Amino acid sequence: MSPRREQEMVPRAEFRSYYGRPILKQPAWKVPDVPGYLFLGGLAGSSAMLGALGGATGRPGLARASRLVAAGSAVASVGALIHDLGRPERFLNMLRVLKPTSPLSVGSWILAPFSGLASASAASELTGLLPRLGTAAGAASAGLGPAMCTYTAVLLADTAIPAWHEAHRELPFLFAGGALTSGAGAALIAAPAAEQGPARRIGLIGAGMELAAAYRMERGLGLVGEPYRQGRPGKLLRAGRALTAVGAGLSVLGRRSRAVSAIAGAAYLAAGLCTRFGVFEAGKASAADPKYVVIPQRERLAGAAEPVVIEQSGAALSRP
Amino acid sequence: MTTGHTGTTGTTWRDRLAGPLADPAGEAGHADGHPPRMGFFTDTSICIGCKACEVACKEWNGVPDTGLDLLGSSYDNTGALGANSWRHVAFVEQRVPAERVELGMPGIGAPEQPQRAETDDAGVRWLMSSDVCKHCTHAACLDVCPTGSLFRTEFGTVVVQEDICNGCGYCVPACPYGVIERRESDGRAFKCTLCYDRLRDGLEPACAKACPTDSIQFGPLDELRERAERRVEQLHDRGVPEARLYGEDPDDGVGGDGAFFLLLDEPEVYGLPPDPVVTTRDLPAMWKHMGMAAVAAAAGALAAFLGGRR
Ligand code: SF4
Ligand code: SF4
Repeated sequence: MSPRREQEMVPRAEFRSYYGRPILKQPAWKVPDVPGYLFLGGLAGSSAMLGALGGATGRPGLARASRLVAAGSAVASVGALIHDLGRPERFLNMLRVLKPTSPLSVGSWILAPFSGLASASAASELTGLLPRLGTAAGAASAGLGPAMCTYTAVLLADTAIPAWHEAHRELPFLFAGGALTSGAGAALIAAPAAEQGPARRIGLIGAGMELAAAYRMERGLGLVGEPYRQGRPGKLLRAGRALTAVGAGLSVLGRRSRAVSAIAGAAYLAAGLCTRFGVFEAGKASAADPKYVVIPQRERLAGAAEPVVIEQSGAALSRP
Repeated sequence: MTTGHTGTTGTTWRDRLAGPLADPAGEAGHADGHPPRMGFFTDTSICIGCKACEVACKEWNGVPDTGLDLLGSSYDNTGALGANSWRHVAFVEQRVPAERVELGMPGIGAPEQPQRAETDDAGVRWLMSSDVCKHCTHAACLDVCPTGSLFRTEFGTVVVQEDICNGCGYCVPACPYGVIERRESDGRAFKCTLCYDRLRDGLEPACAKACPTDSIQFGPLDELRERAERRVEQLHDRGVPEARLYGEDPDDGVGGDGAFFLLLDEPEVYGLPPDPVVTTRDLPAMWKHMGMAAVAAAAGALAAFLGGRR
């Protein structure tokens, strides 16, 4: 197959199943709890970085706004996670062990200290008490920021859900990019105009990462990438991409206008929400249809024996 | 992530995540002298679809009923394994040529000679199979459980400790067979325990005890694997070339199942994945990509602050 022409290997839709029933269980996680948790974690992580770097580079307004956002969204993210538990009163069992094989265990050990540090930094910011400790706590939370932006990608990928698992190389970049645009979005709304420069640039960097990763996820995964293109998740992800592009465009074009910058920020935040909800829904869709389990596994067993090659086009991909 | 020796058992990081593993209980920290790995061999060729296993399991384990639901899929009104169904008998009706073969059902007296039997209920064959948690050698549910609620018993089986589970639900999408589930009325996750309580008392699991045809066989996994090999050969000799084992191979994507099956058609026909892989096999790659993305995010943030004056 010519690598130049954009082609995709799409196997025949014929496969056998047990009364068409799903093979996998759909995640029991609730909406909006878990997609909200994914979004808020990323927003918190990048805001912590913006806060610490803003403080260190003499941008007190940016630092203050971002620290408050980091603390608020981290605490809300913890709240969403607890609310989703079947036994919320046993939340502390999350910290009973530290298991490197469990991204949720590792994530809890990132999230718990992060929210404590971010809250301490925000409390100091609000009260003016213990400014040095507040700065130190803010710096420490910023150190955990990159992990906060990305661990939720591993959380989703480390499952049997085909659309999530097969995207395990791309999801961390998608979520990291989305986290950066979300943090930038909050700063474009809440930070003083004169200090928004870094937020604009972070937004552009994040948008680039996010759009590149989304492109690879939709095109590079063959059949299991289909849920990212179709139905409700496809719509959400397209909306997310469009909003990211709008946010990036407005953040540059409208940099002299407070109002336009705030609209750009809102677009970034809405994009982050759409993308997380879209990825979440795509995973559920890929668990609900046994073809996403059977066909790729059959292909693997056959040693990728002559899958049918179809030109990539909407018609060829949207099979019944 | 590098491959490092653990020191005690000689297994490496990667051996712990995927591939054959001789002694899962020992690897999980049970001292030498622990019992042999126990499991199920479910020979679906002699299942008569009586569902005694489903009933016995519910009775013994106090699993709540799910009400009467008519699903319209042959005699299967259970649907799938789940929090409230730890055994599930699948029923498949298939059109086939009228000439079928004797499967060698257990009977009284001398074993019959295998013979081709002309049947006049022309052209339908029944596949019945009692499905159950596979008690994987590399169990994704156990790997991802953040609380340590899921654990490996001394028998090499995989069990939820209900006093620890906080209902996070992570095990549910992690299982490549769609077995474990959160019970919504309770909030915690439930699945087959391979009757851990009975095993500790030297009894066999309730389903195996109740099975009238010995379709469900319980015992040390090594013995079961040998027995299963012989049974497949026997069926092949009797003219049932479609008989095959599922989940018995320690080289498969989950390191072999503690509960494996003899099937008469492709696994997906019974609702089983044809080539399941434990998700944590790829976990080193996932952490690596997360690390790269985290570094990229940090570098992006730094660049944004250093790359301009405003
Ligand atoms: S079949 Fe699923 S629930 Fe059972 S041990 Fe394997 S991963 Fe866990
Ligand atoms: S629901 Fe319970 S058993 Fe399942 S992963 Fe969470 S804590 Fe572990």
